[in-house]
Amino acid sequence: MISVLAPLPVLLPLLGAACNLLVGRHPRTQRAVSLVVLTAVLAVSVALLLQADESGATAVSVGGWPVPLGIVLVVDRLSALMLVVASTVALGVLVFAVGQGSADGSEETPLSIFHPTFLVLIAGVSNAFLAGDLFNLYVGFEILLMASYVLLTLGGSAPRVRAGVTYVVVSLTSSLIFLAAIGLIYASTGTVTMAQLAIRLGELPEGTQLLLQSMLLIAFCIKAAVFPLSAWLPDSYPTAPAPVTAVFAGLLTKVGVYAIIRTQTLLFPSGALDDLLMWAGLATMVMGILGAVAQTDIRRMLSFTLVSHIGYMIFGIALGTAAGLAGAIFYVAHHIAIQTTLFLVAGLVERQGGSTSVNRLGGLATRSPLLAVLFFVPAMNLAGIPPLSGFIGKLGLLEAGVADGSPLALTLVAGGVVTSLLTLLAVARVWTRAFWRPPTQEPAADTAAAAASDAGPSAGEPALVGAGAPSGDGQPTQRQAAWRAAWERHEQVATAGTGGSAPRAAGVRARRPLPRVMAAATGAMVVVTVGLTFVAGPLYGYTDRAARDVLERTPYIDAVFGDPVPAEEGE
Amino acid sequence: MTPTVVLPVIIGGLYAAGVYLLLDRSLTRVLVGFLLLGNATNLLLLSSAGPGGLPPILGVSEADEMSDPLPQALILTAIVITFGVAAFVLAMIHRSWALARNEAVANDEEDRRVAGRHDTDADELDPDELAPEDRPAGHADSLTRHRRTEAVADDVDLPLTEVRP
Repeated sequence: MISVLAPLPVLLPLLGAACNLLVGRHPRTQRAVSLVVLTAVLAVSVALLLQADESGATAVSVGGWPVPLGIVLVVDRLSALMLVVASTVALGVLVFAVGQGSADGSEETPLSIFHPTFLVLIAGVSNAFLAGDLFNLYVGFEILLMASYVLLTLGGSAPRVRAGVTYVVVSLTSSLIFLAAIGLIYASTGTVTMAQLAIRLGELPEGTQLLLQSMLLIAFCIKAAVFPLSAWLPDSYPTAPAPVTAVFAGLLTKVGVYAIIRTQTLLFPSGALDDLLMWAGLATMVMGILGAVAQTDIRRMLSFTLVSHIGYMIFGIALGTAAGLAGAIFYVAHHIAIQTTLFLVAGLVERQGGSTSVNRLGGLATRSPLLAVLFFVPAMNLAGIPPLSGFIGKLGLLEAGVADGSPLALTLVAGGVVTSLLTLLAVARVWTRAFWRPPTQEPAADTAAAAASDAGPSAGEPALVGAGAPSGDGQPTQRQAAWRAAWERHEQVATAGTGGSAPRAAGVRARRPLPRVMAAATGAMVVVTVGLTFVAGPLYGYTDRAARDVLERTPYIDAVFGDPVPAEEGE
Repeated sequence: MTPTVVLPVIIGGLYAAGVYLLLDRSLTRVLVGFLLLGNATNLLLLSSAGPGGLPPILGVSEADEMSDPLPQALILTAIVITFGVAAFVLAMIHRSWALARNEAVANDEEDRRVAGRHDTDADELDPDELAPEDRPAGHADSLTRHRRTEAVADDVDLPLTEVRP
């Protein structure tokens, strides 16, 4: 049963992507295929979760090759939970993207590439969660990165290409470090299967272990955006289309966090770098949130809070206790959902207000009360207001820190509280300025050019940045004509919400209804995040069991090798 | 078994050259740097197989004389991935050239704006009350300024504006 189910979260999206490429000219079919595939992946993941919680870790040898030779997929409580949360979020984002596609009327090109790429991304994420050997983990990372390169530069406008360059170069560097680490690990142990490595790495000299551990840690910390290695994230995420940013923010960094949990607990249980990780976690929390407080653009603010809250997870991992890990795993699940939701809301805000800069927004609460609720609930959840799940996750981590009792852990507890307060400050500022401020205080000289250049980069079409650019090369090509048409469409879209240059009565503005599908998808995600609060008890019990599993290590190793523990351990 | 010096020296040289090129602002050099780094890593994987042996084919050579086939499989996978990513980077270079006639890594305007803010907390003010350089990127009156700073200098510390009215 499970041997059939386990490969499906990787296989189904890949097959779906192939189908989507074949039917590239029929957007309806594409949408249907994507929705069906992701729903199926969600169902399979839930089945795997139930199975894993009941019978513990299970390993599946793909193609029937015996274990150290072939590829193993391992489903344990941790990876099953990750799969479920990831596929839920992916489904929500997909519905949002479908809604945005039909609301924009841009159902044909260039978004026909969106669906297959999105599915490939999900396949890569699932593969990374299920991988039982390091090289397969690397391949999973590469699949998801390749897809993310395409998604991030969708449409190929100048700001996106700029952001894409940063993102691609940084990701390449981390991949190369990871690959070199795999090479060195293979040279010193003769295997890349994680269960086997768990035994053999312990036999190496301490210096070698430390080198391998730090190489893997650097590679994963770049992907997870842990502080000294996090500068790429706020630089590259905000320019992408809303659904893309949402899924990136939710999933991609968490895959890095998952890899850190897996390697830190399974491969290097000695905890040699735990103190260093503690400091990194503290720096990530504090530096990230200070960055967030300085921002005036909602998306950039959210990108910085994303970095900042990675620090909480690193804190839990670095504690190395069952309570700390349970808190970290719970926080990962919570944060995937919450961060995705907030970025989706930012997408809606942009549609509604024509901008994501709090300097230019105002009065959204009166114009669109639904949007205000959709922002307020997850924002409070992110800041950790009781009784929401963000509070529960933070409380669990802080308790674990206090229980640890070392001065460093207590410093991190203090840092965590400060970060939580500053998060509240950051989201409250967005709330007061974009939503609560009376519309009359809005900057009046919001001209068409300003609004359009704002909406340009993120409306899913190639935009001319700087508005005067086409005079540069002086040869009017067909493409430029197309650009100009796109540009004019932009101006219409961007100025429709602001009333354009037409004189308007103070405080009275054209009310645009929220696009129904997009609002529904965001609403569903908000419900999911609130739902996490209601199932927090059972979920926390589950993450506690998952944490004990990964700390014990034997369930994972036994699952891969079958019950009799291999002879090497006796030696 | 005698350890070879040639391979580590080549790997080290490739890594050094690759890192140097990767730090450049020109995208073509970044791409070349990435290719060098990729090749260095592939050689590293190759050297992890230990000393070379006969081709690992059953029936052709004895099992204990074979070279280790696994790193070769890993290298093949890595080469394919490097190839795909290099193609994508080339496409981005082309796009960047088509858009801006420039293939250098550009500045993040919003980042510069936040970093360059001074005196007052700028977001408490109406954009129209701000000095032009403190206004959000893309604000109507600031468009001309942005065109001026579009050309990217080779050094990182590009001043945002020269003149303050």
